[in-house]
Amino acid sequence: MTSPLHRLLQFHDRRFWLSFAVVGAVLLGLVPLLNLLPGENSALHLPNYMIPLLGKYLCYGLLALALDLVWGYAGVLSLGHGAFFALGGYAMGMYLMREIGTRGVYGNPLLPDFMVFLAWKELPWYWMGFDHFAFAALMVVLVPACLALVFGWLAFRSRITGVYLSIITQAMTFALMLAFFRNEMGFGGNNGLTDFKDLLGFDLRDQTTKVALYAASVVALGAALLICRFVVASKLGRVMMAMRDAESRVRFLGYSVTATKLFAFTLSAALAGIAGALYVPQVGIINPSEFSPANSIEIAIWVAVGGRGTLVGAILGALAVNAAKTWLTGALPDAWLFFLGALFIAVTLVLPDGLTGLAGRLHRRRPKAPPAREEKHA
Amino acid sequence: MTFVKIISVAFFLFLVATAWNNPAGAGDRPDFAGAVAALNSDDFDEKIKAVETLAALGDPRAVPVLQALLDSRLSAAEDGRLLYADGDVYRDAMDGQPVTGVDPADLSDVSANNRVRGAIEGAIGQLSLFDPNPEKRRGAARAVADSKSAEAVDLLQRALAQETDPATGSVMTTALAGLQLRDADRTVRLTAIHTLASSTDPTMLGLLERLQDGERDQAVRRAADQAISGIRQRIALIGIGAHLFEGFSLGSVLLLAAIGLAITFGVMGVVNMAHGEMIMLGAYATYVVQQCFRMWLPASAFDAYLVVAVPVAFLISGAVGIALERGVIRFLYGRPLETLLSTWGISLVLQQLVRTIFGAPNKEVANPAWMTGGIDMSGGFILTWNRLIIIVFCLVVLGALAALLRYSRFGLQMRAVAQNRPMAAAMGIRTGRVDALTFGLGSGIAGIAGVALSQIGNVSPNLGQGYIVDSFMVVVFGGVGSLWGTLLGAVSLGVVNKFLEPYAGAMLGKILVLVFIILFIQKRPRGLFALKGRSIEG
Repeated sequence: MTSPLHRLLQFHDRRFWLSFAVVGAVLLGLVPLLNLLPGENSALHLPNYMIPLLGKYLCYGLLALALDLVWGYAGVLSLGHGAFFALGGYAMGMYLMREIGTRGVYGNPLLPDFMVFLAWKELPWYWMGFDHFAFAALMVVLVPACLALVFGWLAFRSRITGVYLSIITQAMTFALMLAFFRNEMGFGGNNGLTDFKDLLGFDLRDQTTKVALYAASVVALGAALLICRFVVASKLGRVMMAMRDAESRVRFLGYSVTATKLFAFTLSAALAGIAGALYVPQVGIINPSEFSPANSIEIAIWVAVGGRGTLVGAILGALAVNAAKTWLTGALPDAWLFFLGALFIAVTLVLPDGLTGLAGRLHRRRPKAPPAREEKHA
Repeated sequence: MTFVKIISVAFFLFLVATAWNNPAGAGDRPDFAGAVAALNSDDFDEKIKAVETLAALGDPRAVPVLQALLDSRLSAAEDGRLLYADGDVYRDAMDGQPVTGVDPADLSDVSANNRVRGAIEGAIGQLSLFDPNPEKRRGAARAVADSKSAEAVDLLQRALAQETDPATGSVMTTALAGLQLRDADRTVRLTAIHTLASSTDPTMLGLLERLQDGERDQAVRRAADQAISGIRQRIALIGIGAHLFEGFSLGSVLLLAAIGLAITFGVMGVVNMAHGEMIMLGAYATYVVQQCFRMWLPASAFDAYLVVAVPVAFLISGAVGIALERGVIRFLYGRPLETLLSTWGISLVLQQLVRTIFGAPNKEVANPAWMTGGIDMSGGFILTWNRLIIIVFCLVVLGALAALLRYSRFGLQMRAVAQNRPMAAAMGIRTGRVDALTFGLGSGIAGIAGVALSQIGNVSPNLGQGYIVDSFMVVVFGGVGSLWGTLLGAVSLGVVNKFLEPYAGAMLGKILVLVFIILFIQKRPRGLFALKGRSIEG
């Protein structure tokens, strides 16, 4: 028996660990240093706005990684990952709201501003405990994971597969969006949660806090990558891939398809929740539009652009598409949807293995993980 | 002086008119001409008195004059005549006849302050009781019933006396009874309650309840009690009827949106996320046809535009559908998840394309005359023509489609390809062509749905997005590949939604329905009407 760490080390050759360390050092060391050390006018100075922006991209990367685990390896295309992301974000947002305390517009020590505005008298029970960071952090993981567990159990048990699963996960996020738009739900309705002041006592407007949040995103993404790597390289990961390629056969061989899918789905939802929780303090707002079905489908395109079933590819895809989005929505606002739409079509038609697949082909070498293909049933 | 002549002629005309209108007491009423002339008084109190006099006279000729004063279109000529501008023409305030040779420079405006305007609005409301249009008379009667003015009873009685339209007469009787509930005489109150007992009007219910609070007389109280419970029962029944109608209406909309999907998704197995955009294209085709009619055809032909829009929308959406099938979707058969993603991309492109061409704001699509209005059921519940026509229209579309699938050669080929593609190809069916046409048919029907939806909602680039989740739910709920399942799925979802709405609110109702479907799929993963077969997966 070898320890998990030992096994993890064995999954990769020295080249992987070297590049992992180099990228990690650049993201964790060089980027914050370039922002904090050189003077404002220095050519080497990284502008302040770049830090939360990069942090946001990394959160998207984590979200894409989570989707790649279920889609690329377990063959389950969830169109509800935006919902898990948003739930994690709301859990963090609730903590940040409670942190505001008496500094809100109405100065109510207990109730967030929007509740005072709606003339609520007391805090709803589900807001209890969110004044403790540890409790909120626990909820960031537990709420999405529990929803995924229950929803997945219902869906996988009755063998809803392929597009049907995609459509009902989409219906789930749609229903949640409608629910969170309601003021009566107690999550700020249309406006969501915003006006955050500080996190664990650190002012969110401080540049050092921003850098720390960014660093936390880097660490979370790196850890999540290693966890996913660990899972897909384990025996369970083999079963997942086998299930993706021939579900009935795996079932006949005696493996529990339901339990395997459920594990992947729940783990993935928890990772998405963490991504959401890191995302909210960096962008400063969470509102119900995060639940919109369009957002969830966009995550799938990040993964597809990067390359399904490659983990690293999904992260790169999220970074590339979102960088393009930031640039295009600034330079040519009308062209962004054309571009995104064309990307959906082009990737599915000519680049089924995404950018990593393309890179592999250019090197005349097959990528390590075989590209994912769905089973041929609708 | 001509002025005197005109006044005297007008006065004579007025005498004839009032005598005919109201033979009982023409003589002792203040005259129309005097009141109109008093509108130009320097004192605002005088003006208000004149307005009230005109209202009490109940002469419909006063309406355009008062309206003109309200809109600052009333002016006084140098000779003292009052004229009001009606488009390019000036008309005499006394008789409404056009007056020629008026120099606008010679006219001085007749002014009004807010108090006068308020009085005018009340007066126009009361005068509408004598409007030639029965619709307006009914509206005025309902409005008067709410007012507290003392002359209202008198006015209503006079209006009722000359009313010829039975429907309007009954509205007026109800309104009158509502006013008489405040009468000092107990027998008048009792009669009024008996009249109201057969009403279904919620305002009357409110009036009765208010009466009960202040009533001392036991007999009147009892009568009111009975009347109230009777009205409540009837209102509840009508409510159920209204919910059913709304449910069927929503069901028909869902059905129209889903029929096309039942073809592309149900028969071909293509997950077309751009289906909503086919609906949107149909709605924009309707808009374009409407604009063409407005621009090039006489106004009398305008009502026919909707009939023309149906085939146009079918062809446009169908053509786009065929182009998509040949250009993108056919390369992705057997890979449903990729199809889902690429059609989503297509939907984004189509939305942005329409936004670039037509702009982001909503486009206005007018109802033709034969679709406006409705059948007025009692209790404030109206069966509107546009919703009724859409219900019938969607049944016709469904029937035509079922017949096409069942009896035509193309339908036969379609079913053959769906059931066994290699065998169909071996029998000489050009499967690629059938695929393209089938997809075109499904998209074209979505375009027709767009024509119908343009009549009841906003036409905007996002129109289709609102329907895509719903239509997939309908198709999955009803059973993939079954038209009758789609029909039953759409209607039951529509009715359930509308019955949940009053208890749970519109959004929560929708959420509950979605949760219900998610749970339902657990029990019957293949929908209500699963196709029986032995297809093996995996």
